[in-house]
Amino acid sequence: MTSLLEVEDLRVRFSTEDGVVRAVDGVSFEVDRGQTLGIVGESGSGKSVTSLAIMGLLRGRFTVEGSVTLGGDELVRADPDFVRELRGNRMAMIFQDPLSSLHPYYTVGNQIIEAYRLHTGATKRVARKRAVDLLGRVGIPQPEGRIDDYPHQFSGGMRQRVMIAMALACDPELLIADEPTTALDVTVQAQILNLIADLQEEFGTAVILITHDLGVVAGVADEALVMYAGRPVEHGTLRQVFYEPRHPYTWGLLSSVTRLDREPEHRLRPISGNPPSLIDVPSGCPFHPRCPYRMLPEPCSTEVPEYAPVNGGHLVACHLSEQERTETFARDILPRVQSSVRKGG
Amino acid sequence: MIRYIVRRLIAVAGILLVICGITFVIFYVLPADPATLACGRACTPERIAEIQHQLGLDRPIYQQFFDYVVGIFAGRTFGTGEAAVQCPFPCLGFSYQNNLPVWSLLMDRLPVSASIAIGAAALWLLVGLGAGVISALRKGSLWDRGAMVVALSGVSLPVYFTALVLLYVFYIRLELIPYPEFVNPFTDPAGWISAMILPWITLAFLFSAMYARLTRAGMLDTMAENYVRTARAKGLPERTVVVKHGMRAALTPVITIFGIDLGQLLGGALITETVFGMPGVGQLAYQAIGTIDQPVIMGVTLFAAFFIVFANLIVDILYAVLDPRVRYT
Amino acid sequence: MGSATTNTTSSSTADTTGDAAGTGGVLLEVTGLRKHFPIKRGIIFQKQVGLVKAVDGLNFTVRRGETFGLVGESGCGKSTTGRLLTRLLRPTDGQIVLNGQDISYLPQRQVRPIRRDMQMIFQDPFSSLNPRHTVGSIVGAPFRLQRVETEGGIKRAVQELLELVGLNPEHYNRYPHEFSGGQAQRIGIARALALRPKLMVCDEPVSALDVSIRAQIINLLQDLQEEFDLTYVFIAHDLSVVRHISDRVAVMYLGHIVELGEARQIYQHPLHPYTHALLSAIPISDPDVDQARERILLTGDVPSPLNPPSGCPFRTRCWKAQDICRTERPPLAEKATGHQVACHFPEDRALIPASDR
Repeated sequence: MTSLLEVEDLRVRFSTEDGVVRAVDGVSFEVDRGQTLGIVGESGSGKSVTSLAIMGLLRGRFTVEGSVTLGGDELVRADPDFVRELRGNRMAMIFQDPLSSLHPYYTVGNQIIEAYRLHTGATKRVARKRAVDLLGRVGIPQPEGRIDDYPHQFSGGMRQRVMIAMALACDPELLIADEPTTALDVTVQAQILNLIADLQEEFGTAVILITHDLGVVAGVADEALVMYAGRPVEHGTLRQVFYEPRHPYTWGLLSSVTRLDREPEHRLRPISGNPPSLIDVPSGCPFHPRCPYRMLPEPCSTEVPEYAPVNGGHLVACHLSEQERTETFARDILPRVQSSVRKGG
Repeated sequence: MIRYIVRRLIAVAGILLVICGITFVIFYVLPADPATLACGRACTPERIAEIQHQLGLDRPIYQQFFDYVVGIFAGRTFGTGEAAVQCPFPCLGFSYQNNLPVWSLLMDRLPVSASIAIGAAALWLLVGLGAGVISALRKGSLWDRGAMVVALSGVSLPVYFTALVLLYVFYIRLELIPYPEFVNPFTDPAGWISAMILPWITLAFLFSAMYARLTRAGMLDTMAENYVRTARAKGLPERTVVVKHGMRAALTPVITIFGIDLGQLLGGALITETVFGMPGVGQLAYQAIGTIDQPVIMGVTLFAAFFIVFANLIVDILYAVLDPRVRYT
Repeated sequence: MGSATTNTTSSSTADTTGDAAGTGGVLLEVTGLRKHFPIKRGIIFQKQVGLVKAVDGLNFTVRRGETFGLVGESGCGKSTTGRLLTRLLRPTDGQIVLNGQDISYLPQRQVRPIRRDMQMIFQDPFSSLNPRHTVGSIVGAPFRLQRVETEGGIKRAVQELLELVGLNPEHYNRYPHEFSGGQAQRIGIARALALRPKLMVCDEPVSALDVSIRAQIINLLQDLQEEFDLTYVFIAHDLSVVRHISDRVAVMYLGHIVELGEARQIYQHPLHPYTHALLSAIPISDPDVDQARERILLTGDVPSPLNPPSGCPFRTRCWKAQDICRTERPPLAEKATGHQVACHFPEDRALIPASDR
């Protein structure tokens, strides 16, 4: 059985004056219908570039290699026109900043109808009715009255709803949400995440949710993929990644976030240093300069760790042995990730 | 929308009045006494006083200004009794040089300036916008770099140089076209085009270059916008993305500048007119300044200001039509 | 580890904080603070077409050595409040008393000497650093502006500061763009710290930073507070960050404080429905905890501050709103010791699963 979306050894690079940037360097994952994959990473981790590569939106100076199949259709090596036909139709995307992502000169109705008519060949009247339905479905009050309004006449949350309505116009099989709530207020973020989850349940869409916020992933995803410097470092079910994490970077993330449910007495334990520049990715394991458990010089600074399963589909790219990882986690990390004490212990 | 236009029209009237006031102060009050100038060389104090009275210069300045403004809209009568001279609407006074009404002088010259400006504008919009868009879409290509080098030279070469080179090549060496002169476009359209083509190319070369650079920059910015990415994410064909989502936003600011440029040229393109010996509004102004013919200078200034302000108004309205965000604020 | 260490204090730095004797005394007192921005239209003849009441009657005190958290969503007036406190803005009405001195309406010339005592850290580290100045001149600027003599010269003082905030003192001659976001924020902190202020207003100091960097900066701020007895007003939209760092917290909505209390009170016994909604909306990075807790989904958006609702500002989104909420604005009243709430129908509601310790 194959999944709806299969990404296999995806690589994206582009050259700049300072050298070749490997924005994505060997990412593989699958997402099935009705499933949500959360991709977590900091700036420069390659999470957004991965999504743009899937959508075929990287143009010009980018080189994309590897394989992406949607429902069995190969996209990376396909004719760009074929991929274009799928965009907005079988796969759709919403972005971080809904205001700048909507065209200021056209009404929201126009912008929804445009894509729908292109892909379905519907008449203007049918498409307009569809747009009104969609706007109502994503929770915009009085959609008939608002369809002819311009984006700047909506609030931030309402604009993101418009984006979602636009993305869902053709009932896509795959929805990629790239930091969909980062620019929004927290109460609005809760509304939007809730809406995405509802719609997913209703339409059985496969969702890739890209975010820097572990909390967002914890709330809505089924699986989590952690990326660092363009590479996947850990991938597993939500339980695996949050309660039995095996990669020191994931540990670092979990112990550096502030948590609402945590008494403030204890100190945060940040990851030292800064995320690497993608032009000058550290040799070996890209995380080794910031890793407190590195083994130097070998193998961490000399060899790229294999991205290998530890158990039941839980993938980790780290040179530590499974025994070292479980021991270190239990000793150093578990006591800091409090709720896990309750779960794991 | 209508309220917006009405508000803008009132603002335009206000701006013109202010310009009128400033030019009035500069040309009538500050420098040489107009009566002395109008009188000519052999002049007696009595004669000057008489002219002062005739021109209304013996009245308080605000009264003079008021008379001038009223004259524009209602016409006025200079002097009294037998010496009275009727100056019909729109009265901008009489030239000191030949005593002709300034308005009719302007009207004689306007077709020339308008012909130059409109023809050149059509040409530079076509070439400038086209080259700019193509350059932006093929950024870094041979075409782009070539076009931008040409554009750079277009911006930097002085108009008189371009004009002389064109004259030399097309008129003297190749003998392709007649010597440029003004031909009535309604009676002889073909003759008009062949006679005007060199001034058009001269101006268009400069402006195309500017517009190509502007358009290219605008297009590059716009095509990098998030909403263009959204348009692509919707699966729109690249042509729709460029034309519908890219160009409209990129060209809107260019329109603004176009309005001002066109308005300015309608008020006279001095160097082009001079090089090609065309009697346009610019030439009129030039001659008037040389002879300190104040009513004419004042008239041309107001006339040019009117075009610029009015072109701006049209542009602003156009902008509001194009960009809904302007409409609602 | 990149965070600051506490072993770099030189003799020249310790004495300026000597008079902040102990904690508990009031450092900052704010009474009836208002800031209204007129909306004007017209080019030459401007007429006022509206009034944004960005901050509309705040009362609170900040004690020496504490961290006072100011939370709320965009448009709630928290950033305007920060700018008023540091007198980057002039209040429309009300009083700000810092260290016993009324600074509310001092002219800018007289505000400058007070800047020694209060400094501000901003959200976007890069846009608040002049890209054409070196780090040395940015961090050293307060010394020059205030004509402060330093032992061993400004350069030495700056290098000590850089070390204090966890930067390499040898980077004295570098420019802001050569640093990462986290490092740039450290530069901003060093500049703010230069004259050993008593009060630091931090406006979303970590929101623009990556998760791993955020923790570094939070730890740094905590270390500096301990070392220099600093008082923080910490403005943020992220309630989890605020909980981590604050002693007391005020929740703002549409220019008003709707709830104020000890952090423990706000997080474990929140009374105001808006606080309830905020707390339930913040994601918790623990799937079981996050998915099991009670959710309150607000409908609609924050109303425009140009046209705020009558009565209680929150009533348009509140599920408990009654007639009285439309007609009468609930005053900020004390419901428990030190715990104030502005609501007609307050209710103690535990929305965060208690942690095990």
